[in-house]
Amino acid sequence: MHRILLVFLKDVKQELRSKAAINSILLFAIVTLTAVSFSIGTFTINEDILAALLWIIILFSSMSGFSHVFLKEEESHTADTLKLITQPNDVFMGKFIFNLVLLSVVVFIVVPLFIAVFNFEIHNILLFLLCLILGTISLSSGGTIVAALIAKASSRGALFSVLAFPILLPVLILGITITRIAFKEGQNVILVPEIQALFAYSVILITASILLFDFIWND
Amino acid sequence: MNKNIKLIGQGLLFILMTLVILGAFLYAGFVPGLEGLTRILYFHVPMSWIATLAFLMGAYYSIQYLRKRELVYDLYAESVNQLGIIFALLATITGSIWAKASWGAYWNWDPRETSIFILLLIYGAYFSLRSAIEQPDKKARLAAVYSLLAFVTVPFFIFILPRLYETLHPDPIISEQFTVKKGGMTGRIRLVFFSSLAAFTVIFFWIMHLKKVVIDLNLKFQKLLDKEN
Repeated sequence: MHRILLVFLKDVKQELRSKAAINSILLFAIVTLTAVSFSIGTFTINEDILAALLWIIILFSSMSGFSHVFLKEEESHTADTLKLITQPNDVFMGKFIFNLVLLSVVVFIVVPLFIAVFNFEIHNILLFLLCLILGTISLSSGGTIVAALIAKASSRGALFSVLAFPILLPVLILGITITRIAFKEGQNVILVPEIQALFAYSVILITASILLFDFIWND
Repeated sequence: MNKNIKLIGQGLLFILMTLVILGAFLYAGFVPGLEGLTRILYFHVPMSWIATLAFLMGAYYSIQYLRKRELVYDLYAESVNQLGIIFALLATITGSIWAKASWGAYWNWDPRETSIFILLLIYGAYFSLRSAIEQPDKKARLAAVYSLLAFVTVPFFIFILPRLYETLHPDPIISEQFTVKKGGMTGRIRLVFFSSLAAFTVIFFWIMHLKKVVIDLNLKFQKLLDKEN
């Protein structure tokens, strides 16, 4: 537990010094939001489409920032030191929590902006928050394991999106569906089947990532 | 295997496949509700089942590679995935032709269409990953890990997605026909359909067998060359 915290704090310290990952994710999200809002202009959009737009912004901005956490290690050649000092499990959990916090910060900033810019009302806030939390956890887990996979490959940027998209697509589909239910009125349910599916998928993804990370990290 | 037995087997397979093709177009009747489109059923469905089967076999060979670390398993996984992407592509194309004729649009994001498309994406990502890494052992290890990671999404798309979106699309009409107990499939249709499934499966395993033979011979040759040097 202690080692996981150490890996996480090390990454946080590095991030606070260089601010590379947080800048790239945050700017990407805000630029996308601005572009969408500006191009739509004064037209009002249907709530179904708003749900889809929100998740597209979150998915694509997360894909731009997740690979930093392992690329840093490769570029500064500290990956070998990390392999000597810690168990693979600690490394994965530390970096997963780092990516989770990173994406949470971005979501925390972008979602209120989104609601303000498009000027609509969320009718089922609890469901929406639950959907965001589970979605963030799934995206971070899938993103971290794929980032570890491509850390040593050649054409990293495009390759990350290509590899991560099939794994993260269920999160996108379920997230959009649940968000649509949350945006519409008259439905004060929380345990919709899609939330159960999202929860199950998060558990499966985290478990598979923890099990497979050992094979990626040690060679 | 004895050369004669192999030739007889190939001959039988040829005859079976010819019969299936002829049967699909001339012999079997039409499913009520689909009329002339029934004929795609005999080709589209076996190909998509084999694409999924190839993916499962790829995951199996990946597990074997990670356990035993013998390069041969990775080469087997690569071959089976190559076959899988071909069958998945064919399944997608025949499926979209069927969709256009039956529902009016080539692509609808129906759950089954989405599943086969995701399978294509996974295969594509697998081969991009392989071509991005140079060293053979690292390539094998990371490709095996990705194959297993992608395998996690498959139960979601096959089992969960159709349950969630059942009412959104007229897919149940086709699902009813798959249940052999209901009246959708008469005797002739059943005969041609299962023969087609058998023929395609035998073709798949036969091509896999040939590829495996080539891989094994290559490895043997490499070992002999290395011994000499």
